[in-house]
Amino acid sequence: MKKKIDTHVADGDAVRVQDVDVETTINMGDLGPLETRAIARREDTNGGARLRVAKAYKMYVGGAFVRSESGRYMQTKAGAEKGADPELVNVPRGSRKDARDAVLAAKNALDGWSVRTAYNRGQILYRLAEVMESRRSELAMSLVRSGLHEAEAVGEVEASIDRAVFYAGFCDKYQSLVASSNPVSGPHFGFSVPEPMGVIAVVAPQTPALLGLVSTVLPVITTGNTVIAIASESDPRTAIVFCECLATSDLPGGVVNVLTGKATEIAPHFAKHREVFGIDAWTGDTALREALERDGADNVKRVKTHAPPGAPFWIDERRGQGIGWIERFLETKTIWHPVGV
Amino acid sequence: MSHEITKVAVPLPVTRKDVVEHALEFGKAWEYAPSPEATDHVKIEPRYELFIGGKWRAPKSGKYFATTSPSTEEKLSEIAEASADDVDAAVKAARTAYDKVWSKMRGTERAKYIFRIARAIQEKSRELAIVESMDGGKPIKESRDVDLPLAAAHFFYHAGWADKLDYAFHGRHARPLGVAGQIIPWNFPLLMAAWKIAPALACGNTVVLKPAETTSLTALLLAKIIEEAELPPGVVNIITGAGETGAALVNHPDVDKIAFTGSTEVGKRIQRSLAGTKKRLTLELGGKAANVIFADAPLDQAIEGIIQGIFFNQGHVCCAGSRLLVEESIHESLTRKLRDRMATLRLGDPLDKNTDIGAINSKMQLDKIAALVDSGEKDGAERFSAPCEIPKKGYWFAPTFFTGVAQSSRIAREEIFGPVLSVLTFRTPDEAVEKANNTMYGLSAGIWSDKGAKIFWMAQRLKAGVVWGNTYNKFDPSSPFGGYKESGFGREGGRQGLSAYVELDA
Repeated sequence: MKKKIDTHVADGDAVRVQDVDVETTINMGDLGPLETRAIARREDTNGGARLRVAKAYKMYVGGAFVRSESGRYMQTKAGAEKGADPELVNVPRGSRKDARDAVLAAKNALDGWSVRTAYNRGQILYRLAEVMESRRSELAMSLVRSGLHEAEAVGEVEASIDRAVFYAGFCDKYQSLVASSNPVSGPHFGFSVPEPMGVIAVVAPQTPALLGLVSTVLPVITTGNTVIAIASESDPRTAIVFCECLATSDLPGGVVNVLTGKATEIAPHFAKHREVFGIDAWTGDTALREALERDGADNVKRVKTHAPPGAPFWIDERRGQGIGWIERFLETKTIWHPVGV
Repeated sequence: MSHEITKVAVPLPVTRKDVVEHALEFGKAWEYAPSPEATDHVKIEPRYELFIGGKWRAPKSGKYFATTSPSTEEKLSEIAEASADDVDAAVKAARTAYDKVWSKMRGTERAKYIFRIARAIQEKSRELAIVESMDGGKPIKESRDVDLPLAAAHFFYHAGWADKLDYAFHGRHARPLGVAGQIIPWNFPLLMAAWKIAPALACGNTVVLKPAETTSLTALLLAKIIEEAELPPGVVNIITGAGETGAALVNHPDVDKIAFTGSTEVGKRIQRSLAGTKKRLTLELGGKAANVIFADAPLDQAIEGIIQGIFFNQGHVCCAGSRLLVEESIHESLTRKLRDRMATLRLGDPLDKNTDIGAINSKMQLDKIAALVDSGEKDGAERFSAPCEIPKKGYWFAPTFFTGVAQSSRIAREEIFGPVLSVLTFRTPDEAVEKANNTMYGLSAGIWSDKGAKIFWMAQRLKAGVVWGNTYNKFDPSSPFGGYKESGFGREGGRQGLSAYVELDA
């Protein structure tokens, strides 16, 4: 059976209505009953358990999963069901060159991302929420391997998905909240609009490894900025699983880039980099915070540093998200034009 | 050094070729009789002390410096030089006033005090305008018609915010920061004081303000107004001095916020020195604005905009339209019109109501302008200076523009902060955007075209905090002002400007 529906298609400036023919029923009969399709598990040949394929963890730069250019690695301990995954995991230890490559990727992605319509950015962030939802068990398992109880892990994953939903819906609304029509004294039409700042570097908090990264990165890209984030050093693996969500969510490559390694080693390069316009550092290392603030002055960088708050802060929807997060990496552009005939 | 200055300050002689080409020849018609503003009603004390805790106090150092008129080189008064001890006393007074009075006061009460300041500025505006022109060198028509009305408007506008802060941030609760240290430049002395003090007070902060050392007088007259308005002692403290006084204020441990307007170089130094402290910072720094003229622009209006953009206040304007980007096809006709218009500019006595171009603010600034103009000539750019008479005394620089300027030239990259324009050309809108954004600064820009869509297209692409379409150098307290990139961060004016002086919930 065919049915006519109206679909609104955003097409540049105009919105047109078109008719689309769709099949309303799908024939499921060809696949056969579920039980006959199940494949019996093979006889085990490896002492009672099948050896699981362990993942090689890589950084996420310019839409690709890459090892460190330096060839260096660091090892993190990750718990697992006995015998299922190796306890010691190798993770790339990002270098100065990796940092520069990531800035280039973020810079190249900026023009494309910042001119997307707000609606389009919103749909992509919503797609991210969908993908995270479908990978929730993998994200939770990764957090459990880093030492969280299952309930904590599930709670953190759910809060992270909800945060993506929150910012997805904010992409086309913050403008109305922060822009202004300026009642200037004179025959001029004046208004102020928010614009993205550009490439922003984020030092994600150590914990919560997932919710901290999601909460710091998403408000920055909501407005059209692009990001390089340094993942939690204590659990970089979960950040990489999150990157797999990013990679499959229609987010253009380079909009979010995630490096693993030591923040003390990588972050100072961002502070000195002239193509980075802002830094958001969530680290307990006071010497690092001070160095970022000092070196950022070389190009009058917008440097925000914070002593990392505890888990309740990140879970709290009044504090861990909001318009304030969005405003921090916006510029205000004021435009004047005479009024007259 | 001085003979070099004289050399460049004197305009190039009008050549025979210039005269023959000249479209406008008015003979003696342009000679106006002098029309100076009367100064007999203006009160300038022979000596000014520091305004700390509601009292006028002699500096602990016992030192004073002279403030002179840049148009006559005559001494106007003596100004106290605040030492680190004086800065400390001012910060203590501000802290006490914050803790005991100002932070606890109802918003409406704060508002009424600020409204009082606005009213008193209006009442004394002629006197303030005259002192501003005497001390800083700007033409009286600008101090009278721009600086003073805007200064009063800034207080009036922000007074109204004091009891409405709960509406300003989308339901987020706003708390004042505490003691704000504010350092302002010499180009708009009273107006900058208003830009800084008004929002700080409206948001419930107390203030220690340091004016620039060459232009302290109107800030001190403002202190007098604040005293007469009976603001609680210590809510506003005004300390005078040079760079060392400013550094002592920036580095004082009990200051919660620094707001600075001035050069990018000093701004970076301040940002660096605040690293590792909890102090909040906003910076309004230099600029090298592109003023973009398309071939389809209303050219006669554009000429006025170009003149206003670069010669307003002798070019001592951070948002001055100092790089003129002209569509190649109209380069010849536009520069011709520009030369004609510049020939009509009157340079001279800042107190004369017909004066267009006043005195350069200081000898130091004149030297800097002269050095950059020299470098422009050495780079091979072609110079035109308006044929105007230069007074014998004082610091002056004839309105000047350069054509054939390379993008890499110092006069196309560095902020000259004087009446010197660099003209560059472009062929396509994309090229205009690229050239306009090819700078470390991002304070302002101008676009001239009769096509609305083109103006918005450009406005979206220019990396600048203020974009003027078919106008230039317009300001209003309700209109946020501030830069992208190395022109600083934070905004002044409008609802957006309040965030510089409050702490917000997430």
